[in-house]
Amino acid sequence: MVIDKGKSPQRSRLAVAGARAATESIYSTGSITDRVGNVLFRSLLLLGMGFALLGLASILIWALVEGAPRLDLNLIVEGPSTITPETAGYRGAILGSLYVIGGVVLFIVPVGVGAAIYLEEYADKTRWWNRAIEVNIQNLAAVPSIVFGILGLAFIVRGPLSLGFVAAAGSLTLSLLVLPTIILSAREAIKAVPSSTRLGSLGLGATQWQTIWHHVLPGALPGILTGLILAVSRAIGEAAPLLLVGAVTFVTFDPSFWEGNYSVLPVQIFNYAGRPQEEFRVLAAAGVILMLAVLLSMNSFAIWLRNHYENKNRK
Amino acid sequence: MSDSNMAVATAGAHQRRPLAGAGSSHLGEKAIKVFLALCAAFSVVVTTGIVISLVVPTVRFFGEITLSEFLFGTVWQPAFANPSFGVLPIVVGTVIVVVTALAVAIPVGLASAIYLSEYASSGVRKVIKPILEVLEGVPTVAIGLFAFFFMRPLAESLFPWFPWATPFSIGVAGVAVGLLIVPLVASVAEDAMRSVPAGLREGAYALGASKMRVSLRVVFPAAISGIIAGIVLGTSRAIGETMVVLIAAGAGNPNLTFNWFSSAQTMTAYIGGTATGDISQGTIVYDTIFAVGTLLFSMTLVMNIIAIRLVRRFREVYE
Repeated sequence: MVIDKGKSPQRSRLAVAGARAATESIYSTGSITDRVGNVLFRSLLLLGMGFALLGLASILIWALVEGAPRLDLNLIVEGPSTITPETAGYRGAILGSLYVIGGVVLFIVPVGVGAAIYLEEYADKTRWWNRAIEVNIQNLAAVPSIVFGILGLAFIVRGPLSLGFVAAAGSLTLSLLVLPTIILSAREAIKAVPSSTRLGSLGLGATQWQTIWHHVLPGALPGILTGLILAVSRAIGEAAPLLLVGAVTFVTFDPSFWEGNYSVLPVQIFNYAGRPQEEFRVLAAAGVILMLAVLLSMNSFAIWLRNHYENKNRK
Repeated sequence: MSDSNMAVATAGAHQRRPLAGAGSSHLGEKAIKVFLALCAAFSVVVTTGIVISLVVPTVRFFGEITLSEFLFGTVWQPAFANPSFGVLPIVVGTVIVVVTALAVAIPVGLASAIYLSEYASSGVRKVIKPILEVLEGVPTVAIGLFAFFFMRPLAESLFPWFPWATPFSIGVAGVAVGLLIVPLVASVAEDAMRSVPAGLREGAYALGASKMRVSLRVVFPAAISGIIAGIVLGTSRAIGETMVVLIAAGAGNPNLTFNWFSSAQTMTAYIGGTATGDISQGTIVYDTIFAVGTLLFSMTLVMNIIAIRLVRRFREVYE
């Protein structure tokens, strides 16, 4: 028998409507309290939904209104200043963010995707150590970001690695923070590649790694990319752990990766916001707009990418 | 870092060789597998690193301060000339923030979830769900500034009869954290409710149940473990939230207070605020960061284990 999947929900909807009509004709149309309750409930739900959207949207609107006077080129090309907030900008912080994020990408792509490949393609799920690794990654995903800052301070800035308060230390700290995100999303993407692809390749005599490299990874690429964008956009907005690994100093020069002080965009915004003059508040709001513009476009692109390929796979 | 890059480069180069050298290919395959396993094991290294970096200074800290003084003391003044290390004030601050955040996020998040899962047409859902997901990525610094510069003055002009003492307010910070976790709670709860089989709904409708009854009496109980898991995840996010409370609740003034309208300090704000000041390694103040971090880490770990259990249970039921 050929089952037409497209028709079945419509059929069940018809059946439901018929059954309701039948019951209603027998028992009349329910009590008045029931109907009022339904309307009330529906409006409560809409109220909740509206509150959520309005609350979050007003953050964007507030930043736009407050920061609008300082949306000029100086915001990007000028360095920070404590004396002239009218022309001060985020130059050093933007460069610092670029260094830190560049390092994050270089680190998490091989390690995160590698771990995901191992867990999906090689790991024997019946072995306790593989299950332990999985649970461990899930738990790491929920560790508060400031605890990663503590790890960075104790292990990367001081302790075994002793990098000092430099951009590389911030980069490594954020990498550890977003690693679970990228492993989990890469695993989902690899899992979604149909097993017939693997069997076909193995059947033609390819080794397991050849199958993964030439067939599984290209198929999983959109999903991995989506995870990467989401991970990077989280790393750009993250400030708390960087407070502990040195991104706090007021840097008036362009930073470097391995030496000297650095700052990043969210920390610089935090820094400006803490100053009493009105101009710094405007400057902080303008920085928020700058950051929101980057993050929202990245997030939207990632979600679009995911939906695009999800629809494609379903067809 | 360079090691792992190199290994990937050699892995790639190895692939481009013809298939003839089968013997060496096996060796390469093994090397690749070992490298990938190391990548996965790296997460265990990170966890071990977290535990070691927390435990060593914490043990040093408890060499000087007794556990009972830390856990049950009511004065938190580690940097004072006459220091005191009772952690209760900042734990209470954290609890106030979490409870306030949940008071906002549970009703709003669940209403949004029920609406999206049961009431919204597929067109509306297709628009609103991605918007919520995008808003989940709003940086916490932005929400902190919004709470401090907009919500706090707005709250004072709306409710002038409350005792607004300082420009900071732990209550407003809590509401802002609630706003922050609404998308998380809503999307996890919505996923749980959507995975309830359609047959259950249809059965209830066939018996003449109204939409409200189906949502509240059928779908909601069926998805309850997933919904609770979403709330637990939101709670652990609220416990760990730093920037919002650092900006909007104030970093100073760790008094033991239940005053919703005054400034207060949380565990995360203490860690973040202390780290931005000058602290020198080896002092007791430096070690307090780690002791508080250990407490924070254990609290979120417990929350997360509960959440994972619940998610697994709810998956077992319907897949």
